[in-house]
Amino acid sequence: MSLTSLRAGFIPLIDCAPFAIAHEIGFAEEEGLALELSSAPSWSALRDQLALGHVDAAHMLAPVPVAVALGLGGMPARFDALSVMSINGNVIGVSKALGQRMAEAGHDFGFDNAEAAGRALLQAVQGRLRIGVPFPFSMHAELVYHWLGALGLPSPQGLDVRTVPPPQMAVALAKGEIDAFCVGEPWGSIAVEGGHGALLLPGSAIWAGAPEKVLAVRHDWAQEHQDLAKRLIRAIWRAQRWLGQAENLSTASEILARRAYLDMSADIIERALTGHLIVTPEGTRRAAPGFLRFYDGAAGFPWRSQALWIADRLAARTGLPRAQAAQAARAVFRSDLYREALTTTRADLPGASEKVEGANLAPRPVASQQGTLVLQPDAFFDGAIFDPASLK
Amino acid sequence: MSISVSTNLSIVVVEPDPDRARLIAEALAQAGGHDVHIIGSESGLSRAISTRDPDIVLVDVTNPSRDVLEELTLASSPLERPVAMFVDRSDDSLTRAAIEAGVSAYVVDGMRPDRIRPIIDAAIARFQMFQQMRTELEATKRALEERKIIDRAKGMIMKARNVEEEEAYALLRRTAMDQGKRVAEVAESLVSTAGLLA
Repeated sequence: MSLTSLRAGFIPLIDCAPFAIAHEIGFAEEEGLALELSSAPSWSALRDQLALGHVDAAHMLAPVPVAVALGLGGMPARFDALSVMSINGNVIGVSKALGQRMAEAGHDFGFDNAEAAGRALLQAVQGRLRIGVPFPFSMHAELVYHWLGALGLPSPQGLDVRTVPPPQMAVALAKGEIDAFCVGEPWGSIAVEGGHGALLLPGSAIWAGAPEKVLAVRHDWAQEHQDLAKRLIRAIWRAQRWLGQAENLSTASEILARRAYLDMSADIIERALTGHLIVTPEGTRRAAPGFLRFYDGAAGFPWRSQALWIADRLAARTGLPRAQAAQAARAVFRSDLYREALTTTRADLPGASEKVEGANLAPRPVASQQGTLVLQPDAFFDGAIFDPASLK
Repeated sequence: MSISVSTNLSIVVVEPDPDRARLIAEALAQAGGHDVHIIGSESGLSRAISTRDPDIVLVDVTNPSRDVLEELTLASSPLERPVAMFVDRSDDSLTRAAIEAGVSAYVVDGMRPDRIRPIIDAAIARFQMFQQMRTELEATKRALEERKIIDRAKGMIMKARNVEEEEAYALLRRTAMDQGKRVAEVAESLVSTAGLLA
């Protein structure tokens, strides 16, 4: 069988795993696709590569396609999120000096309580908190604004959120240019390995069900090549299912460790995949259940409510009219195409395409095509609820 | 916003390599008497650019710090001059040419395209040269690496089969021909799987 070539771009992070696995384990080939994977130097470069057609698909920060739909950043374009590539997977870290002050004030670095950690952080920080995130339109930025905003810090004014490329995060912390960061793995663990700081929280402690990366394509491409788009959705879904099985995670770490992907030790990669992190340079270990999810609870399903939550947050911060932002964002997450693509598989999909974000404190069975779907927790630490119906 | 045509433009080039930075500055100087400022350090980049308040920022598309510039495109106060990627208001062919040459440009909103064009053209020419040099350097590096791997594979075959160097190479070449692969690829798979037996 001759394969159809498909160019796909990614940023070397652990959550590019669905692309790497689809390619290396043969799930892309099963769908007649030959993925030509290329790593990009920055999120803005990857976004432009996708817009200009240098790649046809990209591993993308979930807020980017929504930001593009709202006309924020970059050139005019229209992207679709075909599926959610990963849920959660970020860490909050603090500098050595700040961590020390927090420890002296009695914080236990328990790695599970966003409220306690946030209060300890705000108490220990001297002056305005400078916190690094990888990109202005990212779940990292949204998590930080939500977390510290909920604890009473007026955001964005009360915070100095700075863009720092992930590989430079540890250095920026060491040089004292930032006090803290929110970054995707392995870059938090790299900062710990270098002795530059400690990990304070997993992103999942702030929001248990944050859509982190999406499978992004140009809207025109998805319309013109629906068959290819559906084959790609299936290949990524099968890769995510494979990644959802614990016994495969060592192999996944070895694959991601290769030069074509992260080019680093598999041990560091395995920490995030298994949710067992080393949070201090002294070697303190912490387990974070649901640290990074690829499959369970229909993790790949692109909920329209996820796009709406992101749009609502971006609109509030940039002063765009909320109703208009919701209108522009709703169709960006292609739950319609995702359903069509997976009808031929055994995937059990939810009956609805929107959910109330933040409502699940524990795993919850929901109406689904086969009646076996259990959604995973998606609660915010402060009990916040986002009902997409409120925007209509 | 009133834009005076007589004044020179203020251009910031983000480039950590001093030699490349000098070459870019020279090319831009030839495109007109502009005020060119080089920022070499990546730390505090956003602040350094805000302080200069330039009309145009040029940065290598492969530089990870490009994401920092995205921050500048989000004007948060009416006094700040919004910076947009120039493609917003320039013609599409120029955009493609620039990105393919590896240069990203951020331009202050409202800048007239005819003022930007000569600068971008000069930058494109310079970056194309860099890209060619980079491609050549990579090809040389790859050739060297392949040479090393072939030598290791030859050594392994000589030891395992107790043959001379020439025969070991002939065997590699024959296998490559049979499998429709390059000699370096066969050598690479031999070297990488041999680790399993060691």
